[in-house]
Amino acid sequence: MDNLLWIFISTLLVNNFVLAYFLGLCPFLSVSGQLETSFRLGLATTFVLVITALCAWVLNTYVLIYAPYLRLISFIVVIASTVQFIEMSIKKLSPSLFKSLGIFLPLITTNCAILGLAIFATNRGYGLVEGLVFALGAGAGFTLAMVLMAGIREETEIMNVPVLIRGTAFNLIIAGILSMAFMGFAGLFSST
Amino acid sequence: MATDVSAYEEMIKGLWRDNPVFVQVLGMCPMLAVTNSAINAVVMGLATFFVLVGSSFLVSSFKTFIPKQVRISLYIIIIATFVTVVDYSLLAILPAIHKELGAFIPLIVANCMILGRQEAFASKHNVKYAVMDAVGMSGGFLIAMLALGSVREILGVGALFGVDLFGSNFEPWVIMILPPGGFLTLGLLLLFFNWFTERRRQFLIKVADADRVLAVEKVDAQGVKDNG
Repeated sequence: MDNLLWIFISTLLVNNFVLAYFLGLCPFLSVSGQLETSFRLGLATTFVLVITALCAWVLNTYVLIYAPYLRLISFIVVIASTVQFIEMSIKKLSPSLFKSLGIFLPLITTNCAILGLAIFATNRGYGLVEGLVFALGAGAGFTLAMVLMAGIREETEIMNVPVLIRGTAFNLIIAGILSMAFMGFAGLFSST
Repeated sequence: MATDVSAYEEMIKGLWRDNPVFVQVLGMCPMLAVTNSAINAVVMGLATFFVLVGSSFLVSSFKTFIPKQVRISLYIIIIATFVTVVDYSLLAILPAIHKELGAFIPLIVANCMILGRQEAFASKHNVKYAVMDAVGMSGGFLIAMLALGSVREILGVGALFGVDLFGSNFEPWVIMILPPGGFLTLGLLLLFFNWFTERRRQFLIKVADADRVLAVEKVDAQGVKDNG
């Protein structure tokens, strides 16, 4: 139990996917304009991450022990088709849920955070439960980073920013400062 | 002859004018994650080079056989195959660096620059142009990686490619080789690039204006001469 808690907190704060591993930067830099959208994107990403962890575990236990060199290709194909399948079922079963989360799903599947999670979970030899907790922590960390970033960006809308620095350069510098702040959490687990 | 010139242009445009990192802002994830030292940046750049050139070659060779509906999935599978090749080769040739780059070698698949080139260029042009374009784009990516990696290693460790630059009196900025340093350095490099592009634009406008003024004066002078 301690171990699971440790995995969750460390992926949420210390090894935040966006701010420490640079995974999922594309949506982080481009979609984080509004608080509401960022939060929903974060939720949808968490959902896909959990499915990814499940797929990765199934593949690792039943298929890839026979053919380890197919790891990358099978991860991509299986994750993409599973997400596609779930997207279609959500569309059928709950149109309102689809409206709020579904439009993000195809966008997320090509996100490097998804593949990164599958590869990290494999490299660290996580089991099913550990993998799921890892995915939840990563998703929560992604949502947290997105929401913080969106909050800061909404504030900077009314500021008088020089024309040259507007856009990606400005977002990257904000992200740098945010990442520096998150490094403060590194002392949280100094004993382990 | 004319085709040679334009193939050359396809290559050159990726290096500076359409640089995938500074102008199109693609492929940020590997860009920031592995540039904590110049040698890692170069190895990653070369790996991306191999994957992009290889998959552009394959995609443009087979473009007539690929059905439109499943093209994206096929591109991704082709890219993933090349990445697997790179992954295993690096493990055999440079095990130390492979260990340091770790999960970021397989993540080359998720670099949107590579998929973007297949969709936007390789699937519509013949093999020669596709390869030239891939060489230029990945060359531009390599340059950007090298720039970022060098800055971060020089400031963060006081060395370049492992060679000590400043002697023992230099106090390293450890933050530069940690994640925040990546964000800050890339942000400042983009700022510099914007500034440079803007300056160049202003300069071109000025030149164009000067040319127009000259042309007008010439016409006036001509008119005066004619009337006189």
